[in-house]
Amino acid sequence: MPAITAVVPVSSSLAGAVPVRLGGLDLILHPEGAALVPAEETLIVADLHLEKAASFAARGRLLPPHDSVATLGALSALAGALAPRRIVLLGDSFHSRLHTFGAASPGPALIAGLAARAELVWIAGNHDPVPPLPLPGRALPELRIGDVVLRHLPCRDGRPEIVGHLHPAARLRTRAGALRRRCFLLSPARLVLPAFGALTGALDADDPAIADWFPDRAGHAFLLGRAGLSRVPLAAVMG
Amino acid sequence: MPPADSSPEAPDDPCALPPAFARWFAQRGWILRPHQAEMLAQAAARRSTLLIAPTGAGKTLAGFLPALVELAARPPRAAPRGVHSLYISPLKALAVDIARNLEAPIAEMGLDIRVEARTGDTPAARRQRQLRQPPDILLTTPEQIALLLSHGEARRFFSELRLIIVDELHALAPGKRGDLLALGLARLAVLAPAAIRFGLSATVAEPDALRRWLVPQEPPGAMADLVTVPRELAAAPDLRILETAARLPWSGHSARHAMGEVYEAIGRHRLSLIFVNTRMQAELVFRMLWDINEAGLRIALHHGSLDVAQRRKVEAAMAAGGLDAVVCTSTLDLGIDWGDVDLVVHIGAPKGASRLLQRIGRANHRLDTPSRALLVPSNRFEMLECRAAIEAAAAGEQDARTARTGALDVLAQHVTGMACAEPFAPDALFREVTAAAPYCGLPRADFDRILAFATDGGYALRVYERFAKLKRDAGGRYRIANPRLAQGYRMNVGTIVEETMLKVHLGAGRGGALRPGRLLGEIEEYFAEGLSPGDTFVFAGEVLKFEGLVEDRVIASRAAGRDPMIPSYAGGKFPLSTHLAARVRALIADPAHWRCLPAQVADWLRLQQARSGLPGRDDLLIESFPRAGRHFLVLYPFEGRLAHQTLGMLLTRRLERAGLKPLGFVANDYALATWMLGDPQRCVAREPGFLGALLDPDMLGDDLEAWLAESALMKRSFRHCAIVSGLIERRFPGMEKKARALTLSTDLIHDVLRRHEPDHILLAAARADAASGLMDLRRLSDFLMRIRGRIAHHPLARISPLAVPVMLEIGREPVYGEAGDAAIAEEAERLMQEAADEPGPADGGAEA
Repeated sequence: MPAITAVVPVSSSLAGAVPVRLGGLDLILHPEGAALVPAEETLIVADLHLEKAASFAARGRLLPPHDSVATLGALSALAGALAPRRIVLLGDSFHSRLHTFGAASPGPALIAGLAARAELVWIAGNHDPVPPLPLPGRALPELRIGDVVLRHLPCRDGRPEIVGHLHPAARLRTRAGALRRRCFLLSPARLVLPAFGALTGALDADDPAIADWFPDRAGHAFLLGRAGLSRVPLAAVMG
Repeated sequence: MPPADSSPEAPDDPCALPPAFARWFAQRGWILRPHQAEMLAQAAARRSTLLIAPTGAGKTLAGFLPALVELAARPPRAAPRGVHSLYISPLKALAVDIARNLEAPIAEMGLDIRVEARTGDTPAARRQRQLRQPPDILLTTPEQIALLLSHGEARRFFSELRLIIVDELHALAPGKRGDLLALGLARLAVLAPAAIRFGLSATVAEPDALRRWLVPQEPPGAMADLVTVPRELAAAPDLRILETAARLPWSGHSARHAMGEVYEAIGRHRLSLIFVNTRMQAELVFRMLWDINEAGLRIALHHGSLDVAQRRKVEAAMAAGGLDAVVCTSTLDLGIDWGDVDLVVHIGAPKGASRLLQRIGRANHRLDTPSRALLVPSNRFEMLECRAAIEAAAAGEQDARTARTGALDVLAQHVTGMACAEPFAPDALFREVTAAAPYCGLPRADFDRILAFATDGGYALRVYERFAKLKRDAGGRYRIANPRLAQGYRMNVGTIVEETMLKVHLGAGRGGALRPGRLLGEIEEYFAEGLSPGDTFVFAGEVLKFEGLVEDRVIASRAAGRDPMIPSYAGGKFPLSTHLAARVRALIADPAHWRCLPAQVADWLRLQQARSGLPGRDDLLIESFPRAGRHFLVLYPFEGRLAHQTLGMLLTRRLERAGLKPLGFVANDYALATWMLGDPQRCVAREPGFLGALLDPDMLGDDLEAWLAESALMKRSFRHCAIVSGLIERRFPGMEKKARALTLSTDLIHDVLRRHEPDHILLAAARADAASGLMDLRRLSDFLMRIRGRIAHHPLARISPLAVPVMLEIGREPVYGEAGDAAIAEEAERLMQEAADEPGPADGGAEA
């Protein structure tokens, strides 16, 4: 079973993307770190952590204040290319309740631009149980598409789920040494999305905080790369 | 303290020493050496001075004697005084050792002088007491100076300072630690304008650079006086290359072929130091020696990632005469005399004439007897390099260092530290820092940008004013915004950013629960990440089996097998020096000179001459030949691995544009080989100037910029700058940042900054670091200028003898980060193939 030939050349905007199924739902995993539900024209991204740099700056670490623009810019570009009807933001869209856009920030305008293209659905996350500012679109604790639940935190209630929160990365030993990339994790029970935010760190998939959600290692990791996604068995990245 | 001299002659100039000292010298049968007397005179005349002397000349005593003499003559006073003399060493251990060694003469002469060391290991209570009751002589490190200067008490503490001694200045000045210390000295010049500076240095090619470094650049170009010990006083070192009966390998760095002969040499000497270039090599050589240790020689291992306690044990055993040999890395380059070393063995090429001299100086720490050293080249090119190094040493030549421009990340750290100490006015601080030699050319605009960076990040959008770390008062003076930030600064002072290290513990898993046991030392994170449970590796002289990672700790058990999986060794840590490279080229270009080489090496060069051609003294030899369905282009610049790697990256881009479809390249210290699908011989036949155009210096323009945009080198440099400048803290109050997450987060910051604020000062700092460090741009640029119109191209039908070593390295060298995506895709394909070949777990919902 060759790995990379699973790429569908549907259009240039989907180059390097991979079609998968979860709980009877057809999905496409995009190499930018987003998932698509073609039947619903829905784009799903997780863990934007907007204004993370500002919340760090408040504690004396002056990270570059451009993370929100970078994140929203990337999302706008993706939305422009894929033209979804709906965009689901899978929680932790804002890093902190205390630090939202400053007066001169282009953040609100970028969000308004997204809202003009598609319906925005803000799923609650642990960083943002309620939206820290008035936002266009709907704010929900979770969303169902067919049998699949879209929510921030993974859960063992037996329902197939698409979740964020875990910020997975996979480490792979290659001829270029051990390399680490953000990744999707997919099993029959759940799809975990990588964090989409520009300044979000990632956790190795073999960390118990992540690996415990995949006890039998059935499934695959899809590593993000410039040329497309690379699929490897979960056992290879979780040990 | 090393003895001044043991000869029974009468003192040359007894007036120079007060009676108590003269008696003490006489009791020991010592005489005052001329350079020691000169330093006394320099102190009396209040002249800052650079003392250049070979190892064993009593350099340290020459520095301290004036301090002791002046302190002995000081009238007693009841009230506590400030520090009188400051001794700064790059090594903690050296500071502690000298403090101990000063106790004896002080006690024996009955002097009322208090000497104390202050390092990172000094207990907090003693450090507090030192602030309240300063010792007369304080021995410390550059980092501790920065810390002391960041305290409000600094002004009082240093108010009576008379003498600053900087030891091993040649080692300290050329790096970021030197920048930090230079800035510290600039502040000391303000706090204690009466203090003079003594610099102690080994022989260097350009003493004037160090003379300027030592004194305030007011006026620019000011120099300290110079005192030297004439070269004739020191016996010429006895340097030999190991004459091996074995066949000298084409490539590789293990020197396995020579281990038997090295072992015999150890057996014939009292105590041997065996220097190698990297830690991995140290482990390997140590292992190989023990494998043949039939006589039961006491051979120990000493390198930077061994546990400190274990290193101290080895040092104590050396001093006590309990060892026959120690395999070591640069950890024993500097400093202390641990024992009666009578042989230095250098495995691999020394890479620079100065480093070689420094290391052989470790043997026979006495002026009048020659140091004895044995060089053991591990391959043929290293044989040439060793020969060149011996000739350079015989000629007394040293590697020249280009003058250094002070690093901006270090300046940012210093600015923050100064704001912690007391409020400063920007104009005054600018004047102060530009008195430090590395910063004397600092443009005011750069200073202002660094000040803005330290204040609120220095971003174009001034959105962080409300979070500013430095606050401006009504008078325009800056101070630290709150005490927590000052505490954070103090926890992170310093410029040494090490590879992230993981602790290695002995331990075993039972029922899946790994428990860490005895601590063995630390290894680089990247190495640990490459291990899978069950892999064996050599560490701390033992073969260990990797059991797993528990949090941030590596758990390993003793392995039964004797054949460890040894990690690929990526060449020496230091690139071949420019000076030595020129000598190697000259040696190869002159067949008459080959008599000094072993027959097998001379034969190899003769064969090269017949089959292809020899690299000229100033020309660039390029060979092209087909092999295994590919076309190879091999260049012999002899400019060191770093410059070659940069050249390889840039050359690949150009070959791509020329339509030659390059596939890869490999570089060592001497040569660069690239391979491609297209045929470069055809290009040259069509267009004679093809290779000249390919290597035109204009490649350092757009091609370089395009490469840098994606380069992993830049990210590494940036991470270093982000830490040193204080953008990212390694440690902050109440919390240890999880080290393993660090690499990724600075990469993300770098990407965001590069895209949205490409002119940010920290990117400029990272760029400057990469250019002078990992990319070796100046050297590459000098090379490209030198070879314009001097390319000798030899189109060949097959591989040449000289190309064999570099061709053998193909596949052994690490692949660049830029090729990472391709490597991941490959590995993914392999894993999926493997998964498909055997009935694995059920396909997790992926229905491709």
